[in-house]
Amino acid sequence: MLIKRRDSAVQSSRLQSTTLHSALGELSSGVLDRRAFLRRAGFTAGAVGLAGLPLGSVKRAEAAAIDPAIPVKRVKSVCTHCSVGCSVIAEVQNGVWVRQEAAFESPINRGSHCAKGASVRELVKGSRRLRSPMKLVNGEWQKLTWDTALEEISAKLLKIREQSGPESVFWLGSAKFSNEGAYLYRKMAAFWGTNTADHQARICHSTTVAGVANTWGYGAMTNSYNDIRNAKTMVIMGGNPAEAHPVSLQHILSGKELNRANLVVIDPRFTRTAAHATDYIRIRPGSDIPTIYGMLWHIFENKWEDTQFIAQRVYGMDDVRKEVAKWTPEEVERVTGVPGEQLKRVAYMMTHEKPATLIWCMGATQKTVGTANVRAYCILLLATGNVGAPGTGANIFRGHCNVQGATDAGLDVTSLPFYYGLAESAWRHWARVWEVDYDYLLSRFDSKKMMETSGIPTTRWFDGVLADQKSIDQRNPLKAMMVFGHGGNTVTRMPEMVKGLEALDLLVVADPHPTTFAVVSERKDNTYLLPICTQFETSGSRTASNRSIQWADQVVEPIWESKNDQEVMFRLAEKLGFAEKMFKNIKIEGKVPVIEDITREINRGAWSTGYPGQSPERLKAHMANQERFDIVTLKARGGEVDGETYGLPWPCWGTPEMKHPGSHILYNTNLHVKDGGGTFRARFGLERNGQTLLAEGSYSKGSEIQDGYPEITYAMLKKLGWEGELSEAEMAVITRVGGGKPDAVSWAIDLSGGLQRVAMDHGLVPYGNAKARANAFNLPDPVPVHREPIYTARPELVAKYPTRPDERQFRQANIGFTVQKRAVDLNIAQKFPIVLTSGRLVEYEGGGEETRSNPWLAELQQDMFVEINPNDAKARGIQNGQMVWVTGAESNSKARVKAYVTERVGPGVAFMPFHFAGWFQGEDQRSRYPKGADPYVLGESVNVLTTYGYDPVTQMQETKCTLCQIATVLA
Amino acid sequence: MARVKFLCDADRCIDCNACVTACKNANEVPWGINRRRVVTINDGKPGERSVSMACMHCTDAPCAAVCPVDCFFTTADAVVLHSKDLCIGCGYCFYACPFGAPQYPKLGNFGSRGKMDKCTYCSGGPEGADGSAAEFAKYGANRMAEGKLPLCAEMCSTKALLAGDGEIIAQIYRERVLKRGYGSGAWGWQTAYKETVNV
Repeated sequence: MLIKRRDSAVQSSRLQSTTLHSALGELSSGVLDRRAFLRRAGFTAGAVGLAGLPLGSVKRAEAAAIDPAIPVKRVKSVCTHCSVGCSVIAEVQNGVWVRQEAAFESPINRGSHCAKGASVRELVKGSRRLRSPMKLVNGEWQKLTWDTALEEISAKLLKIREQSGPESVFWLGSAKFSNEGAYLYRKMAAFWGTNTADHQARICHSTTVAGVANTWGYGAMTNSYNDIRNAKTMVIMGGNPAEAHPVSLQHILSGKELNRANLVVIDPRFTRTAAHATDYIRIRPGSDIPTIYGMLWHIFENKWEDTQFIAQRVYGMDDVRKEVAKWTPEEVERVTGVPGEQLKRVAYMMTHEKPATLIWCMGATQKTVGTANVRAYCILLLATGNVGAPGTGANIFRGHCNVQGATDAGLDVTSLPFYYGLAESAWRHWARVWEVDYDYLLSRFDSKKMMETSGIPTTRWFDGVLADQKSIDQRNPLKAMMVFGHGGNTVTRMPEMVKGLEALDLLVVADPHPTTFAVVSERKDNTYLLPICTQFETSGSRTASNRSIQWADQVVEPIWESKNDQEVMFRLAEKLGFAEKMFKNIKIEGKVPVIEDITREINRGAWSTGYPGQSPERLKAHMANQERFDIVTLKARGGEVDGETYGLPWPCWGTPEMKHPGSHILYNTNLHVKDGGGTFRARFGLERNGQTLLAEGSYSKGSEIQDGYPEITYAMLKKLGWEGELSEAEMAVITRVGGGKPDAVSWAIDLSGGLQRVAMDHGLVPYGNAKARANAFNLPDPVPVHREPIYTARPELVAKYPTRPDERQFRQANIGFTVQKRAVDLNIAQKFPIVLTSGRLVEYEGGGEETRSNPWLAELQQDMFVEINPNDAKARGIQNGQMVWVTGAESNSKARVKAYVTERVGPGVAFMPFHFAGWFQGEDQRSRYPKGADPYVLGESVNVLTTYGYDPVTQMQETKCTLCQIATVLA
Repeated sequence: MARVKFLCDADRCIDCNACVTACKNANEVPWGINRRRVVTINDGKPGERSVSMACMHCTDAPCAAVCPVDCFFTTADAVVLHSKDLCIGCGYCFYACPFGAPQYPKLGNFGSRGKMDKCTYCSGGPEGADGSAAEFAKYGANRMAEGKLPLCAEMCSTKALLAGDGEIIAQIYRERVLKRGYGSGAWGWQTAYKETVNV
């Protein structure tokens, strides 16, 4: 729906000189201050009921003229949208953010923004923000105070805990948290007594993290956006950074121009990125692995692989050769639709026009075979020797502004913070860091078994609500859901999700906006909305996709009645009775935890991922010295940050005092570990079937062991005769951690940093030096194999390439095989012949509530649409711009959207953006939002139509290939 | 004296709309008025190209030639400004402008127009009250008076949109084209020289 400007709004428009006088009256009588701003925005402290006023009667501050007489404060923050991490300069006068300037000194964005970044100031004007805590009383939104809200919520939580146990509460966190917020949220779940704490990474790059970490050690982008400037061949497969990460294109296009590099886009859709490519290859959705193997077939056939790299640094490539041999050009073309010659050309570029990098996003990950896809991508990089050097690497563009950091901080159902896992040793490590008894933490859980079992992921939470006691591997199904910073239209199978919402005893949404959760179901009670401020209204660190950690300063105080995440978590913990223990080493000012104290606690515990060296002081120094960092190498020249890499990208080993410069490029053996060099991680044992898993003849520069070696433990130091180099203080800590058995203490749990320090003094990487695994023997498909999507438009391929058998995963059954078989048996593909895929628009982000509430962005995309090929449109009598029904293969789902007839999608494929909500199967739900907090633009969610399908390793959902039918709306 | 210009490098423009929202942000332009917008040709097909368009601050501006109340002024930097005190909202400039730059707020139910609004090159208005609240309310930001360029160009995601002294941006662009060694991303190149743009 278009928002029609009211005549009254035009009357007071500043564009009209007749009414100019009245507008200026207020401005000229003193430049806007914070109080006037709030007053003009219709908000005063006494008028508590105003949240219910319709927007039309609320006047917003329009002008942002700066009075030269009043000092302007310049504050540096970081954009809160994607993972590129663009710096934002805010100019603040009288506590109001009056102007946004370009941050030219940032080595990441050099002043640039996309549509979202260039409009972030509006978030803090907050025209459609949630203004106060609200609750649903008999279907009506009522305002209440923070204290009452938290009192009621915590009473209900404690009652559920008593009746059903701690596992019945689902803690959904956010990639929009700062690192500190994410870490605190995970910690809160631990103190509550459940591992069911998840966030957007589950539905974004969980399969990347699993696939990449199982290949070479860590689940993150290996290089950086800036380093792509060094590449001679860039292959983007399953990503559209021109819309999802626009500022990254500055580096990609510069690289393309300066190096005359190849820019290859492989995608079912001719994206805006493809428009700038040198080569575009259209594949059938869901045929990524055959496409990769199609390239590898030519590489192995022509002996183009990097044999030395494979011999020294890769395990199990021969197992891959056997699988690849099945993928002849003919079979690849049959399955993917891509002619062999096209793939041969890309294979040639990857091996002859090096360095080559592979870039991917959700196109690879959001699949039933997501982890296997990622593994196949890694194998291609390993076979061609394109990892661990400038211009190479797996450049995984992550989604949200802090999804990397929130993943690292452990907002994950499978792990404690920083990938320590859930084993007893991991709990004991964090108990030592938190200075609480292990037994206390154990007492918070239903049992030791539950304490060490992965929780229910966000893709399956509603199955966890609707399950009966017998079908779920925990005491009771889920009863309550706490949502911090997460949209409600982000998971597939929305019609069933809505049933799950309705079955919950308690729903709490803590967010700057009401989000889809607030309106999509028929809930009448026991639903709370808590207004949280944006990251511009608080401070903290966030980790960009390239692992650089950036400190953001607070621009303004939280607007309306909103509070920051940390404060709300503290207040909640207080009411739930564990605040004292949880915040033992974190100072509280008023009710607000001191953010730097949380960062320091992270530093004290996060040895495994290389987060101990990034103290708040060092991070702030980087932000203050941004102009010193080179835009290609990210290395600083001069000043207090001389020689360091921008944002101290992890791993940044040792204590902050050791001044490790951070690691720009992972696994880079050309550098000394003290300069950010590294090797593949020794993580999966020493040998397998008589073959060594350690590197052979490859080591990082300056290593005193010129071969592979396992991870560093105290026992290993003793064997090498280096234990005497530990200081007395370090030794005391190691003895304490070891509890009398110091030999078993490793680099990851030594709280002194001594083991890391001594290892680095000898040029050793703390995590060891191993081979990357082409065969990841612990995964369901150790060597990736092609499996057809659950709902495939090519059912004849299912017999040869079926999905994995049904299995119990993450406390529930994954019945993908049964669903796929049923779809084939019922011939679903005949009734729903069009492949439906989804993706991003540049103007919006994620579930879109925040961006659709921003008028500067909302104006640019006012309608939800479906892209349909002219052939398919013609066959259905659909005209461009016409309203159509898109129907889905499950739950009789349907969505009423505009048709956009375009060749951007191939015949038989339709595309829908995933940012819309507020319409549900033809029904406009605008009236259900709290008044004045409805986004400007509403629309149908694509996830109403998406269907069953979960990755066996991470429960990633299938959003990229399902089936649909499209028909005109009959008047 | 410098003659300031805009140049959009169509080999770089990715239709991200940063210039559009940067303009809204800098000038507080209301819903429905777009001083700048991105135009895409061959959308979704090989040869797709986008270009960011706003007032091009013509040397011999057609808008000024047709204005019945003579409200246009060219500044010393060669920016074309117009006086909202003089403008009568007749819409002639809209027909004269080859770039579709003039915008009009809709006033009433019968299509009556308000005073024209367009890109000011972030130079405020012609009245000369640089940086005042009154100038901001009427024309938007005056960044040029502070020695800053228009925010749209400063924030362009890929440095496609260039603003500044015509001589300097021409030099930057020339270097880019030489370095690339192919075609030209300059908008209008195909029309002028009938060469195809390599994709």
